Amino acid sequence: MLLELYERMALIRAFETRVAELYRDGEIPGFVHTSLGQEAVAAGVCAALRDDDYLATTHRGHGHVLAKGADLDGMMAELFAKATGLCGGKGGSMHVADPAKGILGANAIVGASMPLATGAGLSSKRLGQDRVAVAFFGEGAVNQGTFHEALNLCAIWDLPVIFACENNIYAEFSDSRTMTRVPRVADRAVAYGVEASTIDGNDVEAVHAVTFDAAERCRAGDGPFLLEFETYRWHGHYEGDAQPYKPQDESATWRDADPLVVAGRRLTEAGDATSEQLEELRERAGARVESAVEAARAAPDPELEEAYAHVFGD
Amino acid sequence: MSSATDSPAAAPVKAQTRYMEALNRGLADAMEEDERVVLIGIDVGAGGGIFTVTRGLHERFGPDRVIDTPISEMGYVGAAVGAAMTGLRPIVEIMFLDFIGVCLDPILNQASKLGYMTNGALKVPIVFRTQTGAGRSAGAQHSQSLEAMLAHVPGLKVVMPATVTDAHDLMLDAVRDPGPVVFIENRRLYAMRGELGVDPLPLGRARIAAPGDDVTVVTWGQSLRECLGAAEAASVSLEVIDLRSIVPLDMETVLRSAERTGRVLVVHEAVQDFGAGAEIAARVGHDLFDLLRTPVRRLGTPSVPMPFNPALERALLPGAHSIADAAAALVAEG
Repeated sequence: MLLELYERMALIRAFETRVAELYRDGEIPGFVHTSLGQEAVAAGVCAALRDDDYLATTHRGHGHVLAKGADLDGMMAELFAKATGLCGGKGGSMHVADPAKGILGANAIVGASMPLATGAGLSSKRLGQDRVAVAFFGEGAVNQGTFHEALNLCAIWDLPVIFACENNIYAEFSDSRTMTRVPRVADRAVAYGVEASTIDGNDVEAVHAVTFDAAERCRAGDGPFLLEFETYRWHGHYEGDAQPYKPQDESATWRDADPLVVAGRRLTEAGDATSEQLEELRERAGARVESAVEAARAAPDPELEEAYAHVFGD
Repeated sequence: MSSATDSPAAAPVKAQTRYMEALNRGLADAMEEDERVVLIGIDVGAGGGIFTVTRGLHERFGPDRVIDTPISEMGYVGAAVGAAMTGLRPIVEIMFLDFIGVCLDPILNQASKLGYMTNGALKVPIVFRTQTGAGRSAGAQHSQSLEAMLAHVPGLKVVMPATVTDAHDLMLDAVRDPGPVVFIENRRLYAMRGELGVDPLPLGRARIAAPGDDVTVVTWGQSLRECLGAAEAASVSLEVIDLRSIVPLDMETVLRSAERTGRVLVVHEAVQDFGAGAEIAARVGHDLFDLLRTPVRRLGTPSVPMPFNPALERALLPGAHSIADAAAALVAEG
């Protein structure tokens, strides 16, 4: 299992590392927000979900969307704004979605994932399904009213929803600990009668285990749950953000907790993989990403008439 | 005004349907027709709604389909959008249109755009039901007509039923629509009586509510009644067009009438500045510049928050007399 989780993390790492370069070189338009350093949350949570479970995420959603099973070529082409993208080039990095995989989309509005996931949980319950809905959000979003309203709604309606908070310390440019007197997001759930826990978000096995348990309990009708994953955002709020607001040695400290290094060490120490095997696995991920880049480069722009299509739900 | 001692002669009048009953029947028919239709909102359940529009639906369809919520618009309107994306067809009530201010994101950034941004992969079949209506001293935070603001957002249809038939039929059309529809009722029409099934038209088509020759009067919502009153009282002949929906906008019906009359007056309860009337005036001006006898005139509410004082409020709202006067002035101009 850990090897599979490692592989998912390696793919996200390769994807976003490459995307950051492509963006810097002007090949990808718009805004790009990477989740480098946070791969364990995406991989651990999504590996605990079924294909038909729902996922609503944020502007920093590449990792989640990839880990939930979105097509890699479609993802890359969407970031390139090409016709072959998952959204036909009309969504982009901040809006990429793949409903066939339960992915309701990345969302550019901070805090918007939570009411949408609440609605997905409501559908699942009302239609007699046992699909779980996960809302990813950052700790910056818990100061939005949507967090409180959605958490309360899920609680009173007993919905199968997992509130998956990626606490990466930074809310855009601000240290989020200066934005609230309550440092632990999990503490806020108590006020709504929602069970919550705080987990090391760089330990992919721990993330996976706690999510798997929460998902099973959601399917049994025990939801909702709030899971707070403590992690760290390596890059800035957006690509190109020089991060003058971060203490100088902070990033270096957190690089020691690189989720790939943590998982890799565990795998080699247990004898489940050699460092050569892991290296090979990372190279394979890089090759898959490179092939997606080549395909995206070669793909056409959408036709002009596509700009007029699907405006009114048609 | 009827009283408790009315004779049985009142019976035929009672046989007619009230606007609010037509809405209730539209909601019930939509829920009967499609199991996926659910009603979500504050007090819509056992309480039957603040204006009793949802009365009886909770008992008939159960609490799983008529869902009471906390006073939490951002949360439940957003949840309704999420539910629409995942297999339900929610009708979500925003008690007063003014309250849209606390929950605009799910309408403005989510429902209106998610289908487009995913190139049609996601569908958002949702109805945002709300009501408006000045004229009862409800004050500046309970009286706003914001249809132009909503019509300005690409991806939203904006429907404003002005008749009993439309209260029922447009509701069904809105629920059956594959995309998001904002359905704006007028609470001053709730008690109005009329016949169901009169001249049924699909969503997106305007209706000629009164034929005439001198001035084309374009209107919607509660203002239709005032315009029909003006048509009765005016010294000139008015052709009154009820748009029924702001988006889609049936300009064909408007232009066909305006070609004949050569004069257009747009009347609405919303504030005049930057309103839907300006859009209609611009389109008529562009398409019929050479045929118009006079410039297009708008008659809306001055751009001020609605005052509480009844006399001031009455003076600001377009009424039958001011509409008749404006129409006569147009004819006098040319």
